[in-house]
Amino acid sequence: MRRIPWIPILIITVIVLMAVLAPLLAPHSPIDQTLRDKLMPPFWMEGGNTKYILGTDAFGRDILSRLIYGARVSLLVALLALTAGGGVGLLIGIVAGYIGGKVDSVLMRLVDAAFTFPAILFALLLSVTMGQGLTTLVIAISLLLWASFARIIRGEVLSLKQRDFVALAKVRGCSSRRIMLTHVLPNVLNTFMVLVTLNIGVVIIAEASLSFLGAGIPPPTPTWGLMVSEGRGRIADAWWVALIPGIAITLLVLSVNLFGDWLRDRLDPRLRQL
Amino acid sequence: MSRFIARRLLQGLVLLGLVATVVFFLGRLTGNPADLMLPEDATAEDRVALIKALGLDGPLHQQYFIFIGKALQGDLGMSIRMRQPAVDAFFSRLPNTLLIIPWAILLAMCVGIPLGVVAAVNRGRFLDRAAGTVAVLGVATPSFWLGIMLIFVFSVELGWLPSGRMGGPSHYVLPVITLGTFLTAGFMRLTRSSMLEVMESEYIKLARIKGLSEGVVIWKHCLRNALIPILTLWGVFVGNLITGAIVTETVFAWPGIGRLTYEAVIYRDFPLLQAVIILKSILILSINLFVDILYAYVDPRIRFS
Repeated sequence: MRRIPWIPILIITVIVLMAVLAPLLAPHSPIDQTLRDKLMPPFWMEGGNTKYILGTDAFGRDILSRLIYGARVSLLVALLALTAGGGVGLLIGIVAGYIGGKVDSVLMRLVDAAFTFPAILFALLLSVTMGQGLTTLVIAISLLLWASFARIIRGEVLSLKQRDFVALAKVRGCSSRRIMLTHVLPNVLNTFMVLVTLNIGVVIIAEASLSFLGAGIPPPTPTWGLMVSEGRGRIADAWWVALIPGIAITLLVLSVNLFGDWLRDRLDPRLRQL
Repeated sequence: MSRFIARRLLQGLVLLGLVATVVFFLGRLTGNPADLMLPEDATAEDRVALIKALGLDGPLHQQYFIFIGKALQGDLGMSIRMRQPAVDAFFSRLPNTLLIIPWAILLAMCVGIPLGVVAAVNRGRFLDRAAGTVAVLGVATPSFWLGIMLIFVFSVELGWLPSGRMGGPSHYVLPVITLGTFLTAGFMRLTRSSMLEVMESEYIKLARIKGLSEGVVIWKHCLRNALIPILTLWGVFVGNLITGAIVTETVFAWPGIGRLTYEAVIYRDFPLLQAVIILKSILILSINLFVDILYAYVDPRIRFS
């Protein structure tokens, strides 16, 4: 058995606390500009001071404060998109697997189609037609997720269907709906939780990439992807503006992935192949 | 064989129709698409004229058939910003993207596959863990940030490589690394798990019993069989590369279809974006179709399943 991944758990906890307690922790406003203090380096470098521990960006905004508030966007989008996209995938997976037949083959064709076609393109299209914002972002990222959830949950349901307790429930005259809700659903929740954890990283990278491409939450709301994008043009004279939020993204994704690997080995080792 | 090809072709066309339909209705989701197509300083008369010209005053189903009809004739509308047919804009940029994608695949194969083999052979030991760490990092690093950091180190600080735009061979290095890293990590993980499975099989034991050298067993017998599941994931890789190119080309100001997609987004050039999405789907579907046919040709089991 793998050891409990304490370091990733610690990093995740710190970032979650940052997001929840942002107004208490942030030393400055993440949005207000102080042009007098623009492009200050982090405190350990020449010209930096402890007023702005991680330095400031081109508008004189405190990078640490923007980083703290940016965690909110990453985690909120992950929470909402995984609930929506994962939920739809769970539902479709259970229905396709349990009902079978024509319903199953139509739904699985849709899943195949979703796999061939990169959802990021639809996300970009949505941002232009619906306008940028949280709702657009959550819908777009859900489109990215549902198919892989549906496919794996369906596989799980197919094997559950052969089990005696499902047959017994049928003999007792339970309706299909009741069997799906009370007998099948609770038995796929472990797999579902593992899938959710393993996909948090996917969502965070997708959100950051869309923000970077100008299709995420619109400025001035700080998001990590947007911060990297804003630092891009300043890479020659103020590298910290782009470096710091990128480290935050990598650390968070790395931590949730390592945690997800561990959870999978504990709860559902059969998913190993993924 | 021809029945197999016909069936796959039909599936591809259905999928393409689905994409075009979704794109059409998404454009109508928030009112009249003319508003998305007009420049900001357009007058009310301009708007009416455009709506007339595009047939947007008719009922929705009629508009849909006009859209599909034009699309079938290769007309996907005019780009607002570039003032040229969106299809032309796409095809003038496509060759530039096709110049970097093969190198990214080559990089992923030359680095990812050997690393995966080494990791599998040394399962649980130092080399396995080291390769695993590299793969985990490769997946967790957002590629737009990786690209910017590569520019910072190799262009700004060391001054070894150009930071962007097209040019001689040195212009390819950073974009190819940026585009290839995610794929490399994926190849490594897949090769490792696939190798581990193959190494357990009976025919590998037989090869060892026959007295073949360990090198021949691993690199010839095992690897050849382990590569099959990787090759079947081609479709997914192509999709990843085409979306990955959006970010990479944006970071390196590389004038390909990825950068074109980004420009369509930031300038709100809706007709261009719509065309790019449909054309990219055609690209992805035809590559998938080609690979599927290739498999069916190589492996008869696929043809008849």
